[in-house]
Amino acid sequence: MAGRQALKVYLDLMSQPCRAVLIFLKDNKIPHTVEHIAIRKGQQKTPEFTKLNPMQKVPVLEDNGFVLTESDAILKYLATTYNVPDHWYPKLPEKRARVDEYTAWHHANTRLHAATVFWLEVLLPLMTGQPTNPAKLEKALSDLDSTLDKLENMFLKRQPFLCSDDISLADLLAVCELMQPLGSGRDVLKNRPNLLSWRSRVQSALSDSFDEAHAIVYRLRDKFTAKL
Amino acid sequence: MSLEIYLDLFSQPCRSVYIFTKKNNIQFDHKKITLFDGSQYGEEFGKINVLRKLPAIKDGDFCLAESVAIMMYLAEKFHTPDHWYPADLQKRARVNEYLSWQHSSIRIHGSRILWFNLLIPKAMGVEVPKEKIDNAVEDFDGSLKLFEMKFLQDKPFIVGDQISLADLVAVVEIMQPVGAGMDVFENRPKLKAWKDRVREEIGAELFDEAHQALLSLQEDVKTMDPKKMDPLKPKVLKYFLS
Repeated sequence: MAGRQALKVYLDLMSQPCRAVLIFLKDNKIPHTVEHIAIRKGQQKTPEFTKLNPMQKVPVLEDNGFVLTESDAILKYLATTYNVPDHWYPKLPEKRARVDEYTAWHHANTRLHAATVFWLEVLLPLMTGQPTNPAKLEKALSDLDSTLDKLENMFLKRQPFLCSDDISLADLLAVCELMQPLGSGRDVLKNRPNLLSWRSRVQSALSDSFDEAHAIVYRLRDKFTAKL
Repeated sequence: MSLEIYLDLFSQPCRSVYIFTKKNNIQFDHKKITLFDGSQYGEEFGKINVLRKLPAIKDGDFCLAESVAIMMYLAEKFHTPDHWYPADLQKRARVNEYLSWQHSSIRIHGSRILWFNLLIPKAMGVEVPKEKIDNAVEDFDGSLKLFEMKFLQDKPFIVGDQISLADLVAVVEIMQPVGAGMDVFENRPKLKAWKDRVREEIGAELFDEAHQALLSLQEDVKTMDPKKMDPLKPKVLKYFLS
């Protein structure tokens, strides 16, 4: 494919979906370049970035002029365009449907509730200088708890991974969301042995790419817990 | 019949699945569930979908939830026309992009308007603070602006010249506040033109049939027994008003 440039991705590793995209690219050795966009510095609002993505959000993928947003769309595009192992996004309709079912459910459940906990404990206090609202945090933790119940009982059940015996896009998206609250030192899976084992399995499957992508979260956690 | 589909046409994702299967002449056993009765919490339905959400399908032994996943599965299994979920990976990515974005935007905002403006006050007898109603309307308006600017632009349909799952999912969600009496298409000529095109592509009769339950809600709540929704009240109030 003469003249085809490598993929370009616009990422902020503080963003959960950005980490999922980066881990997938690295784990599957898909050639790419990364342009870092620092949300905390407002870099998503520059005229240049806005021209690329009027929604002013990350991640963004650019493939030789084809611009794509939304991490699950990006991951599915990568999984089907490049020669990656089938388990990521299986071709068999019943198996693929399981991954599609999770990635749909993910938005209003895992993503929403884990992100809300992080927002209340870390981002909002940072932005406003006000302490976390305890009532709101309690509700957010309760919502996340219900979601984790469903994750365990509806998706994971007795399988090694969320959708089958093998890791898929579902596990990747879920784990990045569930790592986010760790930024304040909170391990939301602490009292859930089944989900802790699942997370270990996911980390093992992803090895270096997982820790590299999450370095920023570990640094934030260290900074946060040092203050306490 | 080996394909069972559990639906309540009050629900937006149920409407998209219903329209998709009917339009494509997919034969199925239509299992009606009335959400307002709380029958999704019954034992039987629990076997189909532990999450107790609609829509859900049972294809032989294979159970599946989430309208987006269901339609992608049926499109593949029944070899529906390519334009619904194109084989071309970049076109398909555009469909997926919309289907992903809409979960946290139009779907949430449209739902809220129906609950805040109609169901919670009129069917449950609970007052909703004006601020919440105004915010819901503002959020929905914001979503529609983004929809027009980013997804529709100047094209006839979201992905281009032909209707896809993206347009189907979009239209059923955008219709939801109409059930509360909101004229969603007033002062939005581009949106209205798109909706009319989508309705025509689907077939006006099928579109209208699917939306009948929603559009008669305002009348139905007048004669609805207020105690009918009591089982749902705690969940609904916790979800929407806390």
